[in-house]
Amino acid sequence: MLVIKDLHASINGKEILKGINLNVKPGEVHAIMGPNGAGKSTMSNVLVGHPKYVVTKGSVTFNGKNLLDMAPEVRSHEGLFLSFQYPVEIPGVSMVNFMRSAINEQRKYHNLEPLAAGKFLKLMREKRAFVEMDSKLSNRAVNEGFSGGEKKRNEIFQMAMLEPTLAILDETDSGLDIDALRIVADGVNKLKAPDRSAIVITHYQRLLDYIKPDIIHVLYDGRIVKTAGPELALELEEKGYDWIKEELGE
Amino acid sequence: MNIEQQYIDLFEEQYDALCHNSTELMNAPRKEAMAHFEKQGIPKKGVERYRYTRLDDVLKVDYGVNMQCLLPKFNPYKEFECDAKGLGTDLHFLVNGVYYDKKPSDAEGVYVGSLKKFAAEHPERLRPYYNRLAAAQKDSMAEFNTAFVQDGLLLFVPRNTKVEDTIQLINILHSNVDMIIFRRILVVIEQGAEAKLLLCDHVTQQQRYFSSQVIEVFVGENAHLDIYDLEETHNLTARVNHVYVEQEGNSNVVINGTTLHNGLTRNDIYVDMIGQGANVELSGMAIADKEQHVDNHTFVRHKVPNCTSHELFKYVLDDVAVGAYSGRVLVERDAQKSYSEQSSKNLCLNSKAHMYTQPQLEIYADDVKCSHGATVGQLDEDALFYMMQRGIPKTEARMLLMFAFVSDVIDQIRIPSLQERLHHLTEQRFRGELDQCAGCALCQK
Ligand SMILES: Nc1ncnc2c1ncn2[C@@H]1O[C@H](COP(=O)(O)OP(=O)(O)OP(=O)(O)O)[C@@H](O)[C@H]1O
Ligand SMILES: [Mg+2]
Repeated sequence: MLVIKDLHASINGKEILKGINLNVKPGEVHAIMGPNGAGKSTMSNVLVGHPKYVVTKGSVTFNGKNLLDMAPEVRSHEGLFLSFQYPVEIPGVSMVNFMRSAINEQRKYHNLEPLAAGKFLKLMREKRAFVEMDSKLSNRAVNEGFSGGEKKRNEIFQMAMLEPTLAILDETDSGLDIDALRIVADGVNKLKAPDRSAIVITHYQRLLDYIKPDIIHVLYDGRIVKTAGPELALELEEKGYDWIKEELGE
Repeated sequence: MNIEQQYIDLFEEQYDALCHNSTELMNAPRKEAMAHFEKQGIPKKGVERYRYTRLDDVLKVDYGVNMQCLLPKFNPYKEFECDAKGLGTDLHFLVNGVYYDKKPSDAEGVYVGSLKKFAAEHPERLRPYYNRLAAAQKDSMAEFNTAFVQDGLLLFVPRNTKVEDTIQLINILHSNVDMIIFRRILVVIEQGAEAKLLLCDHVTQQQRYFSSQVIEVFVGENAHLDIYDLEETHNLTARVNHVYVEQEGNSNVVINGTTLHNGLTRNDIYVDMIGQGANVELSGMAIADKEQHVDNHTFVRHKVPNCTSHELFKYVLDDVAVGAYSGRVLVERDAQKSYSEQSSKNLCLNSKAHMYTQPQLEIYADDVKCSHGATVGQLDEDALFYMMQRGIPKTEARMLLMFAFVSDVIDQIRIPSLQERLHHLTEQRFRGELDQCAGCALCQK
């Protein structure tokens, strides 16, 4: 589904990603861990086509197509979704108008008619219930004045609306209370399907207790330096990253 | 020969025709107004109030005049299919500044119709009002209007009368040659009365137009007046519009202006609050691209205690458009417990577009609450990217952001159908579908 080969990327001339290799197959859930500043968010942003980053080397294919050639909205239509580490506030743009545009643009891309108003609102209601989001939030402007946890929940709501085939969750668990954590995890689990995959970026084991990843990677200084089964997360939680640095001879 | 001299000569040559086709009340102040205009001239560089707008270039054009008050062969009632389907307004037209005849609605002493006609029949009723506010300010461009203006609209609402339907005045410029037109609007809302006035400016042909408009507004105690002004002309139109408002105690005035399409526009709004508890809400939105120029200048005087004023102006500028907002609030020594807020927020979509914004507070009372703020910015790139990640293409995302940006100005409008219509027109404008005025887009569904 997603094949990343020797991906290098930089921002303002500074190289952050220094040769990432990653292969995500349909139905798999990968977790990426790694110390602050390692490049996890950078990798996510590069995958969804943020214009701030320049890819200097390497390739990414998504369902056999060259991802790096696609405009950001096309990547989205093709099934890629990023739950942002820091979702932005968009004052004045209502959640309803925003979601309606997003859904209808996606439908247009797939040669479908726009969703009728009634059907759209019904879908909003269903998905809102799915992430137990207060209806008050969806009547407001996008993320405007939302608390940290509410923003994260809103990301999962949008994910549920758009039903991506590959979702990248960048620290969606941080800032969440215990209940919210369970809801977010449930949200992800309910979207699990043989043809859907996820990349979950986190610092904590507790999210991984709910979302059982198949594979765990450690991203360090712009590279994936270790890949193993779920037991790796427990080991990291216990020992931190120093032993990995030692293994790398640093 | 300088531009002023041309108009001074024209005035002298045509003085008899001017007066003959107007009425005594409007003729009386002409000569004095012309003398003031002659003395001050067209505002030059260095005139603070006109700092951002030069009128010399647009007045250089050799315009035709309409001193015989002729109406072109053009029936606006037929050529503008505007009826109850639209906004359900009580519709009136000024074509090239001349009132297009309609049976005056005389219900309960309310008069909406030709200013010239009413002034000819009942000059004594308008004498306390006509040109009182305009003359006091001695603005040379308003004096220019007083010297030449021959007709316009009168809205007179007597005591405690509530006019339910919105009164809509459509100004149409329709000519085969370049043309300068003058028009006057006089609004008298007596004590406890209420009305809503919608003004729409349109042009029909690809000529150069200069329109000079003076609106004088008198709002009595406890009276309410809303004025909505929509300009939808074209790149060859220059408009200089003066609005003078006098508010008595506990009166409420809303003035909301939209520049949707224009050439050069100068709106000058002057509000005198002379009775305690008066409240005024001024708001404006401008969308300008190409070489369009929009300048809103406001001056609100808190003369007595307990008055409130609110100002909200938002511009979206693209290409090499120029926007200006200068708002002056004067709180006089006796005007304790005044409340005033001014906000000017602007988007420049392009580094070549220019916005000048200058909120200004002058406070001589000590117990007041006044605030002002101004921002000029670009579209938020992070917000754009966020939307693109959700599948919304950049052009559409920009649209949503621009639309969101101006929507709170539109929300100031207290006529729901008009509010909805303006949301729609604004969206069309942002999408580039309203490249120029296509007749009365406001009315044609
Ligand atoms: N505009 C920029 N200019 C220079 N360096 C930058 C810029 N933006 C980010 N970086 C650097 O890129 C590196 C990777 O940042 P990134 O956000 O990808 O880390 P991360 O792994 O997501 O960290 P965290 O766990 O704290 O979220 C950091 O060292 C950061 O300081
Ligand atoms: Mg990060």
